Amino acid sequence: MNAPAVLKVPKSWYLPSKPHKFCPGCGHGIVLKALGEVIDELDIQDQTIFGCDIGCSLLAWDFFACDSTQTHHGRTTPVMVGIKRSRPELVCIGYMGDGGGYSIGSQHLVNAAVRNEKITLILVNNTNYGMTGGQMAPTTLPGQKTETSPYGRDPETTGYPTMGPEFLSELTPDSAYIARASVSKYKQLKKYLKSALRNQMEGNGFSFVEVLSTCPTNWRTNAGQTWNFVEDEMEKYFPVKEFKNPLGKGDK
Amino acid sequence: MPNIIGASKKSFVTGNETAAWACLVAGADMMFGYPITPQNEIMHYWTRLAPKYGRGFLQTEDELSAGFTVCGSVQSGKKAFTATAGPGNVLMQEPFGMAEAMRLPLLAIIQQRGGPSSGTVVYSQQEVTLTTFGGNGEGMRIVYSTASHQDIYDYIIKGFNMAWKHRFPVFILGDGYQAKMREPLEMYNPEDRGIEMVKPYPLIGVEGKISAGREPQHLNNIYSLEEELYEVVMKVAAEYEALEDSIVEYDEKNCDDADIIILSHGVVSRAADDAVKILRAQGIKAGYFRPITLRPYPHKQLRNAIAKSGAKKLLIAESAYGQLERLTKQEIFGETIKIESLFRPGVGIIDYDIINKVKSVL
Repeated sequence: MNAPAVLKVPKSWYLPSKPHKFCPGCGHGIVLKALGEVIDELDIQDQTIFGCDIGCSLLAWDFFACDSTQTHHGRTTPVMVGIKRSRPELVCIGYMGDGGGYSIGSQHLVNAAVRNEKITLILVNNTNYGMTGGQMAPTTLPGQKTETSPYGRDPETTGYPTMGPEFLSELTPDSAYIARASVSKYKQLKKYLKSALRNQMEGNGFSFVEVLSTCPTNWRTNAGQTWNFVEDEMEKYFPVKEFKNPLGKGDK
Repeated sequence: MPNIIGASKKSFVTGNETAAWACLVAGADMMFGYPITPQNEIMHYWTRLAPKYGRGFLQTEDELSAGFTVCGSVQSGKKAFTATAGPGNVLMQEPFGMAEAMRLPLLAIIQQRGGPSSGTVVYSQQEVTLTTFGGNGEGMRIVYSTASHQDIYDYIIKGFNMAWKHRFPVFILGDGYQAKMREPLEMYNPEDRGIEMVKPYPLIGVEGKISAGREPQHLNNIYSLEEELYEVVMKVAAEYEALEDSIVEYDEKNCDDADIIILSHGVVSRAADDAVKILRAQGIKAGYFRPITLRPYPHKQLRNAIAKSGAKKLLIAESAYGQLERLTKQEIFGETIKIESLFRPGVGIIDYDIINKVKSVL
């Protein structure tokens, strides 16, 4: 007889805050599950500082049994820089959305990359501002409808989507880790997150993973349409790959 | 603490150099800053001194970043500070708001420049409203308005202690004149004056392993419910108000029999002090009152000075268009003393400006 199935959750999850409060179908849960497993595998629960931006990413503020802090919209990067510069033995993870990282906090992202700050930033890209009700984001695809681009994003008037890992690769030295993952490719996502943390732990430099994610609530999509948008539309526009990896091939 | 100064000694230095030395002897671990006149030399001296004493520095991309890196540094248990002015002070109200909300004991040195907007790089007292009540909060801050280099030195040392003892952000409100001029200063190690420096401690990255049973520290500044926020704000306000009497500082001279009390703060109070001496020598009964803390404000002490003197007039002199006046009026609401004003926004005030004004209103 088999034992009844037991829900296996990462040790680094904070159980009193479960079940989490993300919308059904939201990709954040997948990213945070992968991150929790990586924190466990690297055995860094006790030295991790998890910083949350404002936006949907904020709902992760007490997600982990790790010390954490909320910040302000766009300001997670400097708060993490301040902590890391003060206590280099801590592993600092900044968690943000595409609005926080690429729009209101872009100056911090750019300059943290240029200074090769030894922090790990995870930017969840769902092509819109989810928490505030689905406005156009820097990552909204051309033609995509949002609350502030109701006729579809027009690149003539609003520009083209921000290509984060691409420009960060240009700004950083070879010791930086830069990647774009997708919630549709779980094993690869985990591998990238692990490399981004290892790169910080080894003192190499700036580590950044953009994760393509889902927002069925604001996209107004069903499960099939949601998955199709990530795999067909987003992954076509935003190449999913490692842009820079000073660790070599890393874990298989 | 290392013996940095040695025996107490007289120096002839600028206010910005004073500030850097004071932060050093106060045991500051980290400075995060962004260039803006007239505070730049605080960074210049700090970057020369800091590596010799194992202290840190980062020049950030802007004042938002300088303020938020200070917040992070303080959260991790370090005595961290920044310095700014004018438009930089405007930008820093965002991180200062986080410090207020999360009770982060940061210290910021503000060397006021002219405003509004980019204004001048020179001098003003136009950052009073911003520094005392800036941000989308309730002004839960401690603000020392300094008048001399000795004040800058003494109140930076005291400021770090007040910040870490009470966990309210502390502001040293100077100005461009104090920043740039040289004057004598007595430098000393705090320990040699019997001043015990409060030790910083981490709010995250604390002792003990979560894996071995310690509760994780989850710091927050945002609430789902109105009532949750209300409870927090009311608790912080109650704590702040309970501490007011122990924080408030002021200076008062010749108020006992004064017909007119001259109220001023910061560097202008030096002109007021001289003006009162000259007026007294001419037989005019003038008194001097200087709030040293603008938050909390010495309202009881000012009401008392007005009451005991029976003064008919209160002259408020400031290098701003009524920022100290508005602050004072709300703090002494109900007093019937006639208020006169000498407003010179963004320019200096000397003793004769005050003397002439006093003679014109008496």
